[in-house]
Order: sequence, then C-alpha cells, then structure tokens
Amino acid sequence: MRFAEVSGSRVREEGTLKLAVPRGALFEGTLDLLDRVGVETGELRGESRSLVFVAGGLVLVTMRPSDVPTYVEAGAADLGITGKDVLLEQSDRAVYELLDLGYGACRLVVAGRKDDQSLGEAERRLGSVRIATKYPRIATRHFEQSGRQAEVVEVKGSVELAPLVGLADGIVDLVDTGRTLEQNALEVREEITRCTARLVANRVAHKLRAAEVDALTERIKGAVRR
Amino acid sequence: MRELRRVQGALAAAFERFGYGEVATPTIEYHEVLARGDERGAPAAYRFFDENGELLAMRTDMTIPIARLVSTRLGGAEPPFRLCYTGNAYRAIRPQRGQMREFLQAGVELIGVEAPDGTAEVIEVLAAALDAVGLTRAVIGLGDADLYRQLLAEHGVSDDRRESILRVLAGHDLVGLEAEVDQLEIAPDERETLLRLPTLRGGREVLDRARELGGAAVDRAIQRLATTHDALVARGVGDRVQLDLGLLRDLGYYTGAIVEVYDPAVGHVLGGGGRYDDLMGRFGWSLPAAGFALYLERVHIAQAEEERLGRSPAAEGRGGEAR
Repeated sequence: MRFAEVSGSRVREEGTLKLAVPRGALFEGTLDLLDRVGVETGELRGESRSLVFVAGGLVLVTMRPSDVPTYVEAGAADLGITGKDVLLEQSDRAVYELLDLGYGACRLVVAGRKDDQSLGEAERRLGSVRIATKYPRIATRHFEQSGRQAEVVEVKGSVELAPLVGLADGIVDLVDTGRTLEQNALEVREEITRCTARLVANRVAHKLRAAEVDALTERIKGAVRR
Repeated sequence: MRELRRVQGALAAAFERFGYGEVATPTIEYHEVLARGDERGAPAAYRFFDENGELLAMRTDMTIPIARLVSTRLGGAEPPFRLCYTGNAYRAIRPQRGQMREFLQAGVELIGVEAPDGTAEVIEVLAAALDAVGLTRAVIGLGDADLYRQLLAEHGVSDDRRESILRVLAGHDLVGLEAEVDQLEIAPDERETLLRLPTLRGGREVLDRARELGGAAVDRAIQRLATTHDALVARGVGDRVQLDLGLLRDLGYYTGAIVEVYDPAVGHVLGGGGRYDDLMGRFGWSLPAAGFALYLERVHIAQAEEERLGRSPAAEGRGGEAR
C-alpha cells in the first residue's frame, strides 16, 4: 500500500472503512438498515462468535453500544452506530454526529414508584432526591438544569430494582414500551428527551476520507425509513 | 524522553530555518492577562492567589503570553516579529481519559504580517515542521473562523440563537445543527446553505460548490480562502492543505483563517492555529498576526504510528541500516 501523488492531492490511507456496529437492543435495527444499504449481514445474524466481519466493502466491528464512541473517537473505527442516549452520556467524546437513523426510538425518563409520592416527598422534606441510573451524567445534568438537588447513584444492572428495595427514590432510564416499568410497579414522572440510533464518525476520518465517508452517509441516508 | 527530545529538536530546527527566534515566557500569568486575551473561551482551569492576593493562572496556551510579551517588551522594535517556542501549557482534563493536565506545545507566531501572506508563511512553516518529524502524509485543514458566525448574522439570526447554533456546530453535531436550523424562519435555500456548508471539505473545488450556495458572507470567506490558497500554491505547499468550510476552533481569539492538523495514522488532531488579528490590540499594540501550535506528545504518537506502518522516511532510513 504505497501512497502516490495523484492529480495534485495525496492518496489517503487505503484499506476498508471500519464501521462499529452496536450489539444489544440496536443490533436488529442496525442489521436491517445495513441490508437495505446492500451490506450482506447473514454472517452477523448467525451463531458466529467472531467480533469482526467483512461485508459489502466495509469492515464491521461489533461491540456494546456504549463502547462505540470510545472506538470512533480514537479512530479504531472510522464510523459507528449507537444510541443518542450513549452520545448524551458521553457528550465529551469528540465525534461527528452525521445522521439520525430513526430506529431504536426510546425515551429517557425519570420514573418513580406507582401510587407513591416518595420522589416529591423526599424533595420536600429532605431537599434532595436519590436517583439510581446507568446514565449518571445525564441524570445529574437534568436535575441541575431543573434547579433541584439529586444524589445520583450509578448502578450497572437492572435499574428498576433500586426504588423497589429502597436504594433510591426514583430512576433515570431509557424506556421503550414501558412494560418493564409496568411490571415493576413504576411509572414515568418526567420525560428528559427522546433518543434514536445515530451515525457517528471519527474526526480525522471525516476529513481525510471525506469522499468515502460522504458516499456511505448518503447511501445510509437513502435507506433510512422516515 | 530521547525520542520526544528528538521531535522537539527537529521542530525547533525547522522553525529556525525560516528565521523564527525562540522565546520563553513564565508558566504562571496574571489571570487578568489570559482572560483579556480570550474572552469567549473557557477560563483558565488552574488559578490561585499570590502573596498579595492577586489572582494568578497557569497558562492555557502560548499565544496569549507571547502577545503580552511582544506588546510590553518589544515596543521599540520594528515589526514583523517571527517568534517560536516549546513549552508546557495547562488545561482541565476530562476524567479517566488518559489526558494530561500538563502538555507540551511547540509552535510559531508571526506578528505584524497581514493575510494572506502571513497566513501562507505560517502554513508553509507548519508543512515544513511536519516533514521535519517524518509526518509527510499529514494534512492541514484550512477554514475560516468568521464564516458561519457572519452567515448567521446575514440571515438575521438573534445573538443567543447564534451562540447555541455555533455551540452545536463546535460539538460536531450535524443532526443537532439540522434541528436548530429548522427552528429558524428562513427561506429553503438559506436552510440548504446553512446545512450543506459545514460538510464541504476537500480540494479547490469545494470553493466552487460553496459559491453555488450563495450569500455575501460565503462570498467573502471564499475570497479570503482562495487568496490564501493561491499564496500557498505559490509557496509549493498547496497540496498539503484541505479546504474545510466546516472547521471551527474552540479558542475565542481567532479571526479569519484557521487550521487544524491531521495524520492518517492516528485518530486525533495533532495541533492547530490561525489568524488572530484582534488579539495584539487587546494588549495595546494593534498588529495583524497568525500562528500555530503542535501538541508534541501527539506528534510523537503519530510519528511512532507512521514508523510502525512503515510510511515515514525515518523508518525507511532505519530499515536500510538494518540491512
């Protein structure tokens, strides 16, 4: 892979563009989108334990959605797909946010126990509420911006558990159908924002591989269901 | 440390070749000096009091201290001034990111030469400095700091609206930009201009595409970029530059041309700079100026990566010796 002078401009790093693909809740929607773009995803849908696939002129790297900004910011992946919730939580990651992909629509909400005013009561009597969440920075920002004091407790697993056993007065979490909240006798108190899947790009790749990045972005844009 | 010193030495020799003389300033400045230099930017992260209760700060870059130095110490001398430096600067870090509060910068300031000549000279020095450390594939992005702000003003966008749009753009959030622009009461073709402009980057042809989008602010910026680019071509470094109408830098003192440095072997920006024609005036001696700074630790990483990929002249030279 030698670089050479071609019509006055340098040939950039060759090799295939790397796209970070989120496993988990956005996995199906992402594979469906890639199918519509013309990237064969059969291998990813199979039982394979591989993490890296080559398909449709791209290297697809599969990972947790919350790792996508890390890989893309460092340039280990040129582009990536992840949820807006992840981007908001990691808002200090310097990546380009190129497209709203429309799928994976969810709401980030504050929820509390049904038929229980403890969220309001804690605020009134103690001047502060305790909030369990996987999104400590979004939760902190939300309560700060609305001028309320909150003690934010970060948990990694099922957030719904925290108010049930008294770890917290409420939670900040991503809600899709609301069934999980329902089953745990919780209800939505406030909506913070709505989230969908987003296409992101590394800053240097966005500049130095502009033509390829733009072409792929246009292809994906054409395949997004409005 | 030996490798880092070698990078530093190669950069200093390149600056010297273009007639830039080294200066040094204290790491500690009066906070008021730094604040005066960069009103729009974030305040210095590390501040403390001296024995008389004066507020001091660790410098956040080298440009403001050098502007202060020139206006207070070189008063009798005849501009232009060609100055270079290597020194530590200090900024707040984001937790758990392996970032350092203290980082080494090397760069130049050309004070007293107007655009486009001054800008072109600084970019020529930057290209030579990158070559000197083996980053022959590095690319210099060239944009215009005033373009988007003036474009929004031209469309009659209110001040706070404008700041929030610029903030979204500085955060590289093109989805958020579309949401912001959709709230403005503007014609469809103006909307198209605001959304398409930040995505235009590449060779000279992007200026033609930008001109098609129209608008007086766009025309002025294109004119500035075209004359700068002509001057760069005349100096033989036109092919090192990528024109980028979406470029924004987070320091508040830039006016006109701004640059950013990328290398294909690494995912982060290696440095940047631009024109700061208003900065010297804030220290009592109004002079046009331009400069750049490279982050030495990042340049070192890029050099190591290029050698690993076998792309740098240094690596080829060593390969020859091994045989």
